[in-house]
Amino acid sequence: MSVVYQTAALFLMLNIALGLIRILRGPTRADRLLAVQLFGTTGTAILILFSLDLEDEAYKNMALIFALLAGIIGVAFTRYAQKIPRKTKGDGRELG
Amino acid sequence: MNWADYVTTVCIIFGCFFFLAGTLGLLRLPDVFTRLHALTKADNVGLGLIALGAAFQVDTIANLLKVLLIWILVLITSATIAHLVARSALLQGEEPWESP
Repeated sequence: MSVVYQTAALFLMLNIALGLIRILRGPTRADRLLAVQLFGTTGTAILILFSLDLEDEAYKNMALIFALLAGIIGVAFTRYAQKIPRKTKGDGRELG
Repeated sequence: MNWADYVTTVCIIFGCFFFLAGTLGLLRLPDVFTRLHALTKADNVGLGLIALGAAFQVDTIANLLKVLLIWILVLITSATIAHLVARSALLQGEEPWESP
């Protein structure tokens, strides 16, 4: 079974390497952000495979953190990238 | 190898296939919206299948729930990101691709 896990993990790492081409070519910020999302999902899958291979549950916790951080990165970068008018409080200050 | 190992192997192989489809879509499709479609759907099925394969190998209920939680969390974040990215691309004036 170890062979299956390791081959699949290696295959997913090659997927990440292919995704780097999209970061190079762009052309927009949104495309590069999509490649980052690919790394998040694929990284989570790789960590699940590691936890099966090494029989260590700690890797599943890491996979949880990866899934969470990938979402937070996406929200943070879209907020940074887009130029939508922000809501303001009564005194005109930005809510952020 | 017992029957659970075979099920896990098949799930992982199918999961890798869907990941490959997502990556090829990210590389080959013409604009950001179509790439979004490839990435946020195919990759989540791939992760779901790998999580399903992992679910056949766990020993306690807590670990089973952990694998399930990982998948649900990725589904929620991925759907949220898909909407956010598509909205931000539209607001930046990105035109959806049309067949020439």
